[in-house]
Amino acid sequence: MANKSVMIAGVGGQGILLVSKVIGSFCAHMGYDVKVSEVHGMSQRGGSVVTHVRYGGDKVYSPVIDLGEADLLLSFELLEAARYLPYLRADGTVITNTQRIMPMPVITGASEYPEGLENSISSAGVKLISFDALTPAEEAGNPKAVNMVLLGTAARLLGGDSGMWHRAVTDCAKPQFAESNIRAFDYGYSYAERSKNV
Amino acid sequence: MKELLIGNAAVARGLYESGCKYVSSYPGTPSTEITEEAVKYKEIYAEWAPNEKVALESAAGASFAGARAFSAMKHVGLNVAADPLYTMSYIGASGGLVIGVADDPGMFSSQNEQDTRRHAIAAKVPVVEPSDSQECKDFVGIAYEISERFDTPVIFRLTTRVSHARSLVELGERTERENIPYVKEVPKRVMMPAMAQKRHLFVEERTRQLAEYAETSPLNRVEYGDTRIGVICNGISYQYVREALGDVSVLKLGMTYPLPDRLLTEFASKCETVYVVEELDGVIEEHCRAIGLSVHGKDVFPLCGEYSQGLIRKVVLGEESRTVSVGDTLPGRPPVLCPGCPHRGLFYTLKKLGVYVSGDIGCYTLGAVAPLGAVDTVVCMGASISALHGFQKVEPDKRKAVAVIGDSTFIHSGITGLIDIAYNKGFATVIVLDNSITGMTGHQNNPANGYTIYNDPTAAVDLEALAKACGIPSVRVTDPNDLDGTRTVIEEELARDCPSLIIARRPCALLKGVKHSAPLHADAGKCIGCRACMQLGCPAISLSAGKASIDPTLCVGCGVCAGLCRFGALKGGD
Repeated sequence: MANKSVMIAGVGGQGILLVSKVIGSFCAHMGYDVKVSEVHGMSQRGGSVVTHVRYGGDKVYSPVIDLGEADLLLSFELLEAARYLPYLRADGTVITNTQRIMPMPVITGASEYPEGLENSISSAGVKLISFDALTPAEEAGNPKAVNMVLLGTAARLLGGDSGMWHRAVTDCAKPQFAESNIRAFDYGYSYAERSKNV
Repeated sequence: MKELLIGNAAVARGLYESGCKYVSSYPGTPSTEITEEAVKYKEIYAEWAPNEKVALESAAGASFAGARAFSAMKHVGLNVAADPLYTMSYIGASGGLVIGVADDPGMFSSQNEQDTRRHAIAAKVPVVEPSDSQECKDFVGIAYEISERFDTPVIFRLTTRVSHARSLVELGERTERENIPYVKEVPKRVMMPAMAQKRHLFVEERTRQLAEYAETSPLNRVEYGDTRIGVICNGISYQYVREALGDVSVLKLGMTYPLPDRLLTEFASKCETVYVVEELDGVIEEHCRAIGLSVHGKDVFPLCGEYSQGLIRKVVLGEESRTVSVGDTLPGRPPVLCPGCPHRGLFYTLKKLGVYVSGDIGCYTLGAVAPLGAVDTVVCMGASISALHGFQKVEPDKRKAVAVIGDSTFIHSGITGLIDIAYNKGFATVIVLDNSITGMTGHQNNPANGYTIYNDPTAAVDLEALAKACGIPSVRVTDPNDLDGTRTVIEEELARDCPSLIIARRPCALLKGVKHSAPLHADAGKCIGCRACMQLGCPAISLSAGKASIDPTLCVGCGVCAGLCRFGALKGGD
């Protein structure tokens, strides 16, 4: 299998680090070489956060994804999907939550949250899968499980059976959230099937 | 099966396998997890020290006693620990002494972009640099061998993309080591002039021997391929080079001080065009030029920021990345204080008072950004207090000025500044933001909160008594979420002719034991859209159709915003 690059973007506090850990753990179980790059500290405080996962059958050297290199951009927030779009290959796929979280410059009135971002992303020529991941996360009993809903949808593209993904989720996440995380993951996983466009 | 570990966890594993017994550190991104992981091995004793100087000195003591010792810090932490570093270079190591220092190219969470290799060269201490997690683990063992064989501390240099990248690591077993029996050796360990003069001669000879070792060290590796391009690189740059340039010839340096002259010369002679690819300063490049090699380095690569495979492709091959974008300029998303953060109320009050705020390093540095925008200066850990003292000595009319500093930072290096103010008859108002934890680096216990790194209860510094003992006559405690009360306390203390310490005390909103109230909600019928609540810069509050709106998934019910609303539109959810 040719090496793949998955970029995970969102707002600090949305559980981005956890998802990159789960994908990394899944890749290790699959016997791939894998590297995951994270950023801790200042950038986690509600700021724009991005992590990188690179994996495959060949040796992975760089732990980071550069401009135009990601096969999949998985975003937990709409504006962040647009922000990191330049890291996607021209034939890549965006999976994004349609939830909008206002950044501080918008809250203070210094700038406006852009309208029509889904159209703008589609117009760039990439494949776009977008849906509201917050509602199903709430239905799964944990509004913080937006990350797991989106991971479930991404899992369809990344391959492997759901059992292996469940194992990776339970290996990485806190045990007290295991059940709601798996429910949220399954929603995303079956969403991909229902919507037929994944 | 191999384990997927971040570089810092792999360093900790390396400490475990190498028989390290003692780790003392001060937290600092991106180095913090080394110590947090090391403490999980029961064979290693680990602790958070009050600052990096104390951490390195106590590790030196463990080395004197014959045990393998380690101290972790971020790049600017080594400035604090520079004093023991430079003289420990003369004294050397009994039990191996390795200092893990993590640089932050791109400044993800730092105030400058200094290159630790400059300190190492000045202190004449060898530098070992891994490029992935496997090397993080394996090179720790080699660093200890170098330390004990050559009688020297070793700097183990990391960068953000090595410390915080996960890759697969083949684990090994621990080799238990007996302490090297202590023998009193005054000429080696008592650095007064007569002894130090002799030890300096030793250090120069040691550096010569280390350079010789570097010629054949397993840390340095030549990978010949296409010799039209040759690349000399270190650390994470190696991974970028291999990703970008495929089968070129590479000299990978895992030891970047001292450098191997013959190896460099031989490699350069076999390649047509030689590039030195190193983030931050051109340290290897300067050495190559000094020994007469013709190389490209900072003439084509930047001095600032991180590198990447795309950058290397562009510089060396002239290839641009193909990208897509939405075309528009997007609003930024800078980091902010968390919902419920106790610092928010304090900075709001300071902004309303219009005072000069001498700031410091921690989460509360974010008090500088809009809309709070309350901070005037931030230099380094502890500088808030000492810089305010100097400011007021030459600007005595500037009575409306305060220093703000976190509890952990105050212990780190704020106390001496406070003594300066008391001793030299200053009149500063110093505010300690006591949130009972070291926040920005991810919640480490510290000497002011009464718990060790093991979460065991221990002695806690009594800040009120400490300030009194330093000679600060007026010490007050306030709850920063009580805006009116806090404002009154600050105004009263600013009016005094003597120095004062105000402790703004409320635990970090992210701490486990902190009980949150139900989220507030905004009553659109009562809200007139005056935006008074939005001056708090709380990420849970935004404007929706001209009215305040509270995101219930973010709000933790601290209620500070409700106190600002004159129309009663923001209500507790109970």
